[in-house]
Amino acid sequence: MTVFVIRRLIQAAIVVLLMSMIVFFGVNVVGDPVDMLVSPEADQAEIARVIRDFGLDRPIYEQYWYFMKGAASGDLGNSFIFGQPALKLILHHMPATLELAFTALLMAIILGIPLGLYAGLYPDRASSKAIMAGSIFGFSLPTFWVGLMLIMIFAVWLGWLPATGRGDTATFLGIEASLFTRDGLSHLILPALNLALLKISLVIRLTRAGAREAIQQDYIKFARAKGLSTGRVVGVHLMKNIMIPVVTVLGLEFGSLIAFSVVTETIFAWPGMGKLLIEAILQLDRPIVVAYLMIIVLLFVVINLVVDILYSLLDPRVRLGEQGA
Amino acid sequence: MTIEHTDTAAPVAPVPKVQAPWRRFASEFFESWIARVALFTLLAIIALALAAPWITPQNPYDLAQVDIMDGRLSPGAEAFAGYTMWLGSDGAGRDLYSAILYGLRISLAVGVASGIIALVIGSLIGLFAAYAGGRIETIIMRLVDLQLSFPAALTALILVAILGKGIDKIIIALVLVQWAYYARTVRGSAIVERRKEYIEAATCLGLSHGRIVMRHIMPNCLAPLIVVGTVQTAHAIALEATLSFLGVGLPQTEPSLGVLIANGYEYMLSGRYWISVFPGLALLLTIVSINLVGDRLRDVLNPRLSK
Repeated sequence: MTVFVIRRLIQAAIVVLLMSMIVFFGVNVVGDPVDMLVSPEADQAEIARVIRDFGLDRPIYEQYWYFMKGAASGDLGNSFIFGQPALKLILHHMPATLELAFTALLMAIILGIPLGLYAGLYPDRASSKAIMAGSIFGFSLPTFWVGLMLIMIFAVWLGWLPATGRGDTATFLGIEASLFTRDGLSHLILPALNLALLKISLVIRLTRAGAREAIQQDYIKFARAKGLSTGRVVGVHLMKNIMIPVVTVLGLEFGSLIAFSVVTETIFAWPGMGKLLIEAILQLDRPIVVAYLMIIVLLFVVINLVVDILYSLLDPRVRLGEQGA
Repeated sequence: MTIEHTDTAAPVAPVPKVQAPWRRFASEFFESWIARVALFTLLAIIALALAAPWITPQNPYDLAQVDIMDGRLSPGAEAFAGYTMWLGSDGAGRDLYSAILYGLRISLAVGVASGIIALVIGSLIGLFAAYAGGRIETIIMRLVDLQLSFPAALTALILVAILGKGIDKIIIALVLVQWAYYARTVRGSAIVERRKEYIEAATCLGLSHGRIVMRHIMPNCLAPLIVVGTVQTAHAIALEATLSFLGVGLPQTEPSLGVLIANGYEYMLSGRYWISVFPGLALLLTIVSINLVGDRLRDVLNPRLSK
């Protein structure tokens, strides 16, 4: 087990290193680093100073070394627009994004599992077919389009919910979130639903497939033969077995929720780090772009690592297969 | 999303009568009424896009034909030039019906071009990996896994941030995002084919590696490739629209559907829904019809994968 964890850790470190190289060389070889480091209004003396200070006259491998050294101590450069450390800005915007992503995940579970279960247990009903058709739409509709429709219907036409921004927040158990105020909640519903839609469809499909497979198994037939109530068979025997893939996939998908929040945050003017990224790209505030990318890479690698290790704990075959290869 | 990809990439064991006669394939395809409607819609959309200059009352990008006085007219209003704007007009006074058809041309062109380039590059890399085997295969497939572990939308956003705006750059970004799907699909079926006896026979005949790969292995990997290609083209169109909507995709001079929707977004809160909604519906119809055709192709080409 230890060997397995160490191997996975080394692989994760290699991925982070590789991605840092791609980001660094992408920014420095494809784009002009001076453009990214100096604000467009800078004069000649300023440009010369920056080139010297950042070591841009040095060979590229040396520059990369300094970049990594800074990154290792948490220094990813300063934002041009805000004049603050990029890392600090991103961390400042992170709670709003995490709140959105967690709410979306919760929606995916609360809506996706019952709907998927229903479609799996009664596959021939018209309502089940409607659910599955809906999930196909959930997969193929672009997120931004759905966001626009949600705003148009619920904010413009019906006027039930606010269209943009984050509402009041309140602190509860040391966590500051908009989940705890009425105003905050009303601002949260639309963006969270928008972000959740793809995952709801995914959970519906996974749960349905799991339920259809499990329902033919002997242990379900046996539980029925024992005379257990349908509620118990579904709630205990069936749920236990279809939850494993659902939980795994949702764990892996959390990273992509944070990535997709870029789109949702832009539409709903939600002040998270995705909106920060888009603004940084549009304003050529490259240190923020680089810092965001490094954080996202780290996040993905950590999520994958944790899921891998958890999986190997649950299923020893994963470890054995690795050793055999 | 994840489900589709694992489905199509699963090693397709014995490819079942892929080269069945064309007619049988067609009749099986048309058995589903959904597929019939989807294919008809898709062909209609393509035809409308191709015929745009001849069937629209206005060239929306010829400034001489656009009158700012026509701005923000609601659907069915009459333009200054005398024709009826059935879908209304946008903020600059462009007839939306015309703008949508011209936008479709750009959206489809970007999607199809990037799809084809990615298909060629990805398949070659996948074939090479499967045929070379050993360490080369491991390295290539690790690279593919690495790329696929990040969401396509994020990768594309990063690439566009590095490359900048413009139609060529968007296509480059979309190709770089998509090649890995094709590489994985082709490699998946190619490693199965490689072990079969007819390849052994071809090797014994002393045929060149190139000939074995292109003439013997490649044709047997086509079925899953067509399915992935269809679905990926829809993805590419949606991705380009998303990037353009965010303002980092195509510039205003290349107004794809995504750009049109973004332009209309600011008017939406004031109730002028049509500027965003009609281009949005066009995008929706395109993507959904391509996906439905792709779904049906998957069922017909590979019955094992249908659920």
